[in-house]
Amino acid sequence: MVQQNRMPRKKGFAERYGKWLPLYVMFIPGAIYLFINNYIPMAGLIIAFKRVNFSIGILNSPWAGLSNFKYLFATNDAWLITRNTLLYNLAFMVCNTIFGVLFAIFICDSAGKRVKKLYQSIILFPFLMSMVIVGYIVFALFSMQYGIVNKSILPALGKSPVYWYNEAQHWPAILTFVNTWKVVGYGCLIYISSINGIDTELYEAAALDGANKWQQIRHVTLPALVPPIITLTLLAVGRIFYSDFGLFYQATRNSGMLYSTTNVIDTYVYRGLVTQGNISMSSAAGFYQSIVGFTLVLSANLVVRKVSRENALF
Amino acid sequence: MNRQPLTYKIIIHVVMMLVVAAIILPFLLLFLSSITEEATLLTYGYSFFPRKVSLESYSYIFRSSDKILGAYGMTIAITVVGTLLNITLSTLMAYPLSQRNLPFGKIMTFYVFFTMLFSGGLVPSYIMWTRYLGVKDTFWGLILPSYLVSAMNVLMIRTYFRNSIPEALYEAARIDGAGQFRVFRSIGLPLGKPILVTMGTFAALTYWNDWMNGLYYIAKRTDLYGIQSVLNKMVTDLQFLTSGTMSGYASAELARVPSTGVQMAIAFVAILPILVMFPFLQKYYQKGIALGAVKG
Repeated sequence: MVQQNRMPRKKGFAERYGKWLPLYVMFIPGAIYLFINNYIPMAGLIIAFKRVNFSIGILNSPWAGLSNFKYLFATNDAWLITRNTLLYNLAFMVCNTIFGVLFAIFICDSAGKRVKKLYQSIILFPFLMSMVIVGYIVFALFSMQYGIVNKSILPALGKSPVYWYNEAQHWPAILTFVNTWKVVGYGCLIYISSINGIDTELYEAAALDGANKWQQIRHVTLPALVPPIITLTLLAVGRIFYSDFGLFYQATRNSGMLYSTTNVIDTYVYRGLVTQGNISMSSAAGFYQSIVGFTLVLSANLVVRKVSRENALF
Repeated sequence: MNRQPLTYKIIIHVVMMLVVAAIILPFLLLFLSSITEEATLLTYGYSFFPRKVSLESYSYIFRSSDKILGAYGMTIAITVVGTLLNITLSTLMAYPLSQRNLPFGKIMTFYVFFTMLFSGGLVPSYIMWTRYLGVKDTFWGLILPSYLVSAMNVLMIRTYFRNSIPEALYEAARIDGAGQFRVFRSIGLPLGKPILVTMGTFAALTYWNDWMNGLYYIAKRTDLYGIQSVLNKMVTDLQFLTSGTMSGYASAELARVPSTGVQMAIAFVAILPILVMFPFLQKYYQKGIALGAVKG
């Protein structure tokens, strides 16, 4: 009796899911990769609370309570890397938005299809470069012995050379410029595709109403750019605790004298882990970054959901 | 939109010219430095007006064939293997997620999406890959960590499969009695080609430009270095040597590190393929960016 009851149910299960089986099989290799590459390290965050001893394995290592964090936050470093990370990201967000929008409007208003295409291509070019190459370019400009700034430009202006890689105060400006130079094209192209989606009749109507160029930009173009600006800003806010490791490592040539203005959480974690082999401190900093970063993504999205549902990421 | 006041036209022109110059001139400087004679370079520094042109740097690259050309070959191998694996896994993963009626499809999508929200960071990843999975100083250390499947790419492919290929086509194939895999092969793959090429381009550029896996996961086997890792390593070596207190020994070592001009030449050679492929790359990047802007 029991068996008779079970049989049809089993058949139902097979019928319901059997035809999907090939799709589940297709999904599995990628899922395994994400499990290894992404999910296991999430669980691995517990090492921030451990006194890691590899000879007995991570799970068997003794708990350290909050001592790793006490150690981290007792130093001035914690404050410094947090401040640097946040301020750089804020500066990058502002520059990328302002210049991205500005160049997008200018490119769309340039005369001639070919010219537009040319501008679009050129502005994207640095985005495709590796940070190592960018580091070499920055070096060609600012090298203390051979750089074009110290060797040609400053002498021509009658000024003495600057020890760029030894003096930390120059780098907030340099790095902000380099970052904008490298990535502005990406946002710019997104804004351009939004501008191209604007109905040209809107401009004609505005012109008929006597709107000048600035008023047309202000009342027709900019409102159309609000959704992509929100999306990109939201993404950036979610990543505000993270930095482009390459930018801060390569452009500065990892110069120790610049750390006060160029050390961010990512470079700090790397140096702690790989250069100094200090697992407790770097894992505490990494945990701090992961958790605060996660909280920020969720809250940024929550705010946008409240303000305009359709612009939220999820 | 075409009738614009003259001042506005002039502003656009001037600003965009400055932008173009700011982008092109640094690359030009890199190139000109690579063809400047070494002695001139050491005296006058990097310059837009090389006083003495020399192709010595490039001939050095070809003479030291085992090192630099070898690294070039490695970069090509890494890019080819990485891209093929990446696009295969991503496509296989994205297609099921694109099927509207798939039971548990939402949970599976969330499984992929969540990796974009939360990350364990470098420390656990590094320990896992080096201590437990043994990729340190192997070819796989350059391929597997971080880049093999990106949630962003998977979701973009999924969105394309779902929104740009008419549901009716999938249905028609199913009514003809084709199995799931058959539908994927005969409808999904051929019609999804544009997105697959785009995502393949993204992946290829990621692997071509990568130096971080080399930095984290290659310590002794420098023969596995790709060209970007070689460039990165030269910076570290120079710093190590020039910062040293052991000046006598260091200066002898210093002579073995490729000179300033050669460094720029290697950098230029690393850029060259991107430069040559640029029309193709930028076409697909623009497509990809447009697709990414329409979130799904």
